[in-house]
Amino acid sequence: MSYPTTWQPPRFFSNPYVRYSVIIGVLGYFLLSYLTLEVDWQRTLKGIPRAIDIFQRMFPPNFSRWEILVRGVLESVQMALAASFFGMIIAIPVGLIAANNLVPKPVYYVGRAFLGISRTFHSIIIAIFFVKIFGFGPLAGVLTLIVDSFSFIGKMVAEDIENMRPGKLEAIKATGASFPKLLLYAVQPHILPRYIGVSIYRLDANIRHSTVVGIVGAGGIGQTLAASFSRYDYGFSLAILMTIVSLVFLGEFFSNWIRAKLR
Amino acid sequence: MSQADLHQKYPQIWKRFTPKETLIRYIWFTGIVFIAVWSVSNLDIPWFYFLDAHVQAADLFTRMVPPYWPFFLEILNPLVETLHIATLGTVFTVFLAFPVAILAAQNTTFNKATWFLGRFILVTSRSVNTVVWGLLFVAIFGPGPVAGIFSVAARSIGFVGKLIAEAIEEIDVGTVEAVEATGASNLQTLLVGVLPQVMPVVLGTIIYRWDINIRESTVLGFVGAGGIGIVLYSSINLFAWHEVSVILISIFGVVILSEYLSIKARARIT
Repeated sequence: MSYPTTWQPPRFFSNPYVRYSVIIGVLGYFLLSYLTLEVDWQRTLKGIPRAIDIFQRMFPPNFSRWEILVRGVLESVQMALAASFFGMIIAIPVGLIAANNLVPKPVYYVGRAFLGISRTFHSIIIAIFFVKIFGFGPLAGVLTLIVDSFSFIGKMVAEDIENMRPGKLEAIKATGASFPKLLLYAVQPHILPRYIGVSIYRLDANIRHSTVVGIVGAGGIGQTLAASFSRYDYGFSLAILMTIVSLVFLGEFFSNWIRAKLR
Repeated sequence: MSQADLHQKYPQIWKRFTPKETLIRYIWFTGIVFIAVWSVSNLDIPWFYFLDAHVQAADLFTRMVPPYWPFFLEILNPLVETLHIATLGTVFTVFLAFPVAILAAQNTTFNKATWFLGRFILVTSRSVNTVVWGLLFVAIFGPGPVAGIFSVAARSIGFVGKLIAEAIEEIDVGTVEAVEATGASNLQTLLVGVLPQVMPVVLGTIIYRWDINIRESTVLGFVGAGGIGIVLYSSINLFAWHEVSVILISIFGVVILSEYLSIKARARIT
């Protein structure tokens, strides 16, 4: 018996036919999507000098109207904080009814469907509806971010409860505990660390999202940003973008710090 | 030991937290509530808007139902365009995220400066929302799907790159050392030692991001960057709510389908 002299690393799809048909299928799809898009290359090429022009006009960033900037950023942060708070509260009942080891099947399906629908639509689409119902301004933005937050945190809570070992629930049930007590003594200690972690992550995500719901008129710094772009006031745009980036950076730093502390 | 001491040491009622811990918890709770109250009160929320909110919602509902289904034929092309924007944007991301991830991972980067550069690109890419990238790229390339593709890619680099960088930081050092010991060049080490180890994460992340990108590209049209969003935006501005409901139902279908595909594909990979 001889040993092979060359070595081939194990492949992802062991069957060569499957492998090549997957590769060809994927590449074919990319090609198809490229060909069906109506791309105006001349217009795109013109974009390069235009990009240089825009970047030249962006520098130096214009911080002269910093009052508007600070007001917008503060509004965004407050929207994010308020939305995280209410989202955290609403996420608990929603998460509970979407956990299949805790509630009867029909309730579970209602909970899952609710989470599914609220997660499917982009926050901007949800924002449009809230703007229609509640008018322009931060209220619509806060409500949008609340929907975003509770659907995200709720899903995590539901999954965390479903991953619980049944022993924990059975032990508390065996003491004759009522359903609320079961939640308080079995479910709550189990989900709390993850719940807080996810909520803090969501706060950080809300800060990021609060900068964008303004584009459809739902308040925050996004409104100012969209306005500066449409007025070709690129210096101010860059100032806003730099502020957003540093704000998000700070938020991320803060949330990492808290999560590391909780662990 | 007297009876009182025993009671002190072994209390009759079980408490999970000491009084000090309880106090700290309550301070945290009050702090959080205080922040929430401060935020809400500073936002100048017009509470009276809530008074007729249900009327407005009911009005919207009656305008949206029944959906005007013949409109579906008109949105078919934009819907396909949305998918293409998401897919091509994700394809772009693959090529751009890899080098950035290698720079941003502590064990494969070259020096402090390149590491910082990698991290900086990741943070910037992630902090700016896809739609905001859309604003920028529409200004550069003009309205259309090209701007959409670039904005999807610009936002995804941060997401995909961060997860790949984390995966690279967690690889088994032994494999890399073994490959290095054969006298492999840096590139060979990367291709044979590092890449196969992170491949499942890379594929999983990319498919996951593709599914998020479909959701994101449904709204890129709001700033003119192509896809179904353009139609949605104009229907909303025309108050053609029957058409809006058709579009929303179609988006719902596409997003659910892509999420299902992505979950199936990821389950196979990992």
